[in-house]
Amino acid sequence: MKLLLTGNYAAAYAVRDAQPDVISAYPITPQTPIIEKLAEFIDSGELKAKFVRVESEHSAMAALIGAASVGARTYTATSSQGLLYMYEVVWWAAGARLPIVMGLVTRALGPPWNIWSDHADFFTVRSSGWTMLFASSAQEVYDLTLIAYCVAEHRDVLLPALVAWDAFEVSHTYEPVELVEDATRLLPPKGAWAPPLAAEDPASLGNLAYPEEYAETRRLMVEAVRRVPLVFAEAAGRLRELTGRDYSRGYECYRCEDAETVFIAMGSVYGEVRSAVDALRARGVPVGALKVWLYRPFPYEGVARVLDGKKMAIVLSRTTSLGAMGPLATDVATALALKGCSVKLVEFSAGVGGVDVTEDDVVAMYKAALEREGGTYFWRGR
Amino acid sequence: MEERAFDTGRRPVWCPGCGNYGILIAVRRALAELGLRPEEVVVVTGIGCHGRISDYLKVNAFHTIHGRVLPLATGIKLANPRLTVIGHAGDGDAYAIGLGHLPHAARRNVDITYIVHDNMVFGLTTGQVTPTTPLGVRTKSTPFGNPERPLNPLLLALASGATFVARGFSGDVEHLKELVKQGIRHKGFAFIEVLQPCVTFFNTYKELKEKVYRLEDEGHDPTDFEAALRLAQREDRLPIGVFYKVERPTFEEAFAHAMNPPPALRRLAPPDLSRLLESFR
Repeated sequence: MKLLLTGNYAAAYAVRDAQPDVISAYPITPQTPIIEKLAEFIDSGELKAKFVRVESEHSAMAALIGAASVGARTYTATSSQGLLYMYEVVWWAAGARLPIVMGLVTRALGPPWNIWSDHADFFTVRSSGWTMLFASSAQEVYDLTLIAYCVAEHRDVLLPALVAWDAFEVSHTYEPVELVEDATRLLPPKGAWAPPLAAEDPASLGNLAYPEEYAETRRLMVEAVRRVPLVFAEAAGRLRELTGRDYSRGYECYRCEDAETVFIAMGSVYGEVRSAVDALRARGVPVGALKVWLYRPFPYEGVARVLDGKKMAIVLSRTTSLGAMGPLATDVATALALKGCSVKLVEFSAGVGGVDVTEDDVVAMYKAALEREGGTYFWRGR
Repeated sequence: MEERAFDTGRRPVWCPGCGNYGILIAVRRALAELGLRPEEVVVVTGIGCHGRISDYLKVNAFHTIHGRVLPLATGIKLANPRLTVIGHAGDGDAYAIGLGHLPHAARRNVDITYIVHDNMVFGLTTGQVTPTTPLGVRTKSTPFGNPERPLNPLLLALASGATFVARGFSGDVEHLKELVKQGIRHKGFAFIEVLQPCVTFFNTYKELKEKVYRLEDEGHDPTDFEAALRLAQREDRLPIGVFYKVERPTFEEAFAHAMNPPPALRRLAPPDLSRLLESFR
């Protein structure tokens, strides 16, 4: 079935199709339409979930930690300051190995107040143990949200997962979205994983652990995170069989094979990047583009394979990098270094706080990158 | 001092008919009638439609993060007790995400005025349930009706030891102005809950207009704590006015010995240049 949906509604439809048991959230722009739609689904009976209307984001995640501890399938969504206020329990959810799924509509951090997109909020949880996915269209929001449940609840993983997408350009823009006819063919059956707490088997969660015990919990998390790419590829493979849409590598390449320069981006700007690639190709300039879907764990090997032998990589970071390269550019640099590739790396902070980045901007970035040394530059437009 | 001395000249972006207009005018008039100068006043606002008020009041203003008006206002008052510090918050800000601060500001008796714009709904995010939404009300997050009992902010403030507890109505600007003046004059924590409609997402104007009455019209002794508790629980009609008022030592007074002069009023002594000058002799 194909529907005309915003990115936020696409998330709500995916959650409806995943049929979680408990949803908890606090309103924040630009996330709010997701939970409103979910409240409608509960009202109409299409979704049989308990909706806990809490007094803050911190409580929203805490409510889900309680629910997931005894095996409930859960969902929450937030943005920006909401994620930062939730921060303490975001890490707790990962440490407790609870497969919570969260939507993150990326939005700039204050001050000054700004409700438009910026990926600063997204990057703050990159080392928390959450599986982190980035969608660049409403269709991807829908698909990746379903995949997030498959990865999070897989018994080899049991870690929370989040799906992020840009404020307004994706969250509030209507696009055709094809739904999965029968999501149970994709998702694991409910209750397929063993929760840490169960009524018939008393146990405790979160007690004091001595250094060796604590270290062991983190070693096990490291191992679980290492298994994510394989589990992600399996789930994406099932989705491909159902729909033909393929996310299994965790990133998409566009005209990269014979390219000398590759643009790397996440989110809605990728559409403009693809147009810029076509425009430059039409003039005979060999460029390509790479879009990251699976941001954590980062696909170092895959990205390095794509970039190996290229002359230049241009990373478009939708955030301000202060004191170091931006996280996405740092990850690309790591991928290159691990493989011993010598590729010029140029990062542009572009689209910060909701500024539009167009095809012409991307073409101009290419020219600017040729003239400049490797490093990070703040893009102020043409 | 004239009312327009407190007008930044910016045109408010609130919906026509919003209760915030009444509160804005009441606060401007109160400041003018108290003869305060704009530079003597600090307004702290939280997140919500009310928060735009810091753009429309020509005073020192701090638009802070969601729910943290009271800690910030407390810090400002401690740093410079000579300032008149007014906190503005909405019901989402004051009673949901930031509720934890209300009892503590009240029991500490910080000399600030806290004006809560209570429209019983999250207006800025376009109409979701808050802790003061009445039972059964259908909002965007409760399409099946609110199943939770609302909070009673006046009872909470009274129980927490607030030394000035009042309720106003955005539709009675003159009365509200007097409450704000009394709140500012009060030496200690002044809590003013303001009933206001959200004309777009929860329009209670008519109902509030019918239900409110001025406490002074029926006679109430604001030093009578028991009577204040009883009145705060009335639901058939909604009294507005000063419910309770008592004098107690303020938080700043407890710090006066340690912070004299207070941090914001400390001036560095002029540098001693005599030794430097000596070297040129």
